Amino acid sequence: MSETAVSGVKQCFQLKSASVSMTALELYFFDDEEFESTLRDKISQAPGFFKDIPLIVSLEKYEGLSSELDFFKIIGTCRRHNIHVIGVRGGNDDQRRLARGASLALLPGGNQRDREIDTGPETESAEAIDSPAPPRVENHGEPAPARIINQPVRSGQQVYAPDGDLIILAPVQAGAEVLAAGNVHVYGPLRGRALAGIHGAEHARVFCQSLEAELVSIAGHYKISEDLQDNGWKTAVQIQLRDDLLVVTPLEKA
Amino acid sequence: MARIIVVTSGKGGVGKTTTSASISTGLARRGHKTVVIDFDVGLRNLDLIMNCERRVVYDFVNVIQGEATLNQALIRDKRVDTLYILPASQTREKEALTREGVEKVINDLSERFDYIVCDSPAGIEHGALMALYYADEAIVVTNPEVSSVRDSDRILGILQSKSRRAEMGQDPVKEHLLLTRYNPDRVSRGEMLSVADVEEILAIPLLGVIPESQIVLNASNQGLPVILEEDSDAGQAYDDAVARLLGEEREHRFMSSQKKGFFSRMFKGG
Repeated sequence: MSETAVSGVKQCFQLKSASVSMTALELYFFDDEEFESTLRDKISQAPGFFKDIPLIVSLEKYEGLSSELDFFKIIGTCRRHNIHVIGVRGGNDDQRRLARGASLALLPGGNQRDREIDTGPETESAEAIDSPAPPRVENHGEPAPARIINQPVRSGQQVYAPDGDLIILAPVQAGAEVLAAGNVHVYGPLRGRALAGIHGAEHARVFCQSLEAELVSIAGHYKISEDLQDNGWKTAVQIQLRDDLLVVTPLEKA
Repeated sequence: MARIIVVTSGKGGVGKTTTSASISTGLARRGHKTVVIDFDVGLRNLDLIMNCERRVVYDFVNVIQGEATLNQALIRDKRVDTLYILPASQTREKEALTREGVEKVINDLSERFDYIVCDSPAGIEHGALMALYYADEAIVVTNPEVSSVRDSDRILGILQSKSRRAEMGQDPVKEHLLLTRYNPDRVSRGEMLSVADVEEILAIPLLGVIPESQIVLNASNQGLPVILEEDSDAGQAYDDAVARLLGEEREHRFMSSQKKGFFSRMFKGG
């Protein structure tokens, strides 16, 4: 057991928000034999990719009868092929009740865009999806371009940089939200919520010209406005993660 | 082609209809052919403030649904003859405002008028979205308090993303901040946000500051656009705002407590 920087009594664990990219199996109908043969076929295309992966069963496009859905069989078949079914997404009440009966987690129906997973010979992309650990696979090509916003981000608006940094040359207003896989720079007051390193990059930072934020988060570690006011409030600061703690430091003028 | 100006705020009760009435009257008084449209279908108020509620026969929704022509629905103002009112329906729902229907009415009006002032309903739902969709300019009416400022910020975001200009990738809607119900005494006591505070938060140009005044309420109750109360500070502040809207430079007034000025006006007026 290693010491951490957290002062006071050490807790058994800490809860963090995490977002992990996962494979979804979009089920159209269920037939035990056909399911297994299709699964075997898919796995044969990229055996490494499917080994011990978590899987969610998406029922949003399921057209068969609810009574034909046998989650125990789905789980068993997947398990034989070293795939762990962990939950279902979408589905009607009956289907979700069945899933619950099979001890599966229930995820809300998603309108998030799913990418079609390429199980072709190219294993590189598959690996990138495969790796469940937060740090993204470093590609040695060009860095992901930063997203640059020139207008104020107003209350109710959300700006998202899914791959790289987010640079905002205007205020981020209360009630607005800015998110980036990398760093968040705000060349103006930060009054809303800023989330950096949303895919888990713990080296990501938040920079702003005036810290007035409702919430700042780096790789799932967050502080709300109340906890930010003691240090650097309404001044130019950067915020980074050190030993699982958000640290606010003033931006010194060079 | 008319300039289309939406008067909007997000929050209710901040003075949108009062402002629509005064701004449209002010524009018309300067000789511009102006029409003011009440988009608040189901809760129509503009005709009350303009004192023409007894002359409403057909309304905006009738025109959209082809039950009446524009000429039948437009009401000519009795005080300023270049001003027309297109009233809202009291009995329909906001969904009756279809995008195509509104577009046709706006296009038709656009050929005949210099200015189209759209009085938006509160909220950020369909009626408000329809009112701002075709706008070239927006007057964002804000009270000097936190929730109103927040809602104005929200509406500014919607203007940037959901207006026709935004969707077509044209120049953005020109934004104006109009601060209403401003009470310098309460600002100095720290009970209200100051002009500078609001300007700093919303970061858009200030069109005018309308002082809080009993005269505004009295004028509304009498069906008189407050801009026609020429001796009142609120009326003058609206006149300044109209002048600035037309590109005139005018110094901002009524922003600091001026007890003396108030009394001297009382004596002069009395």
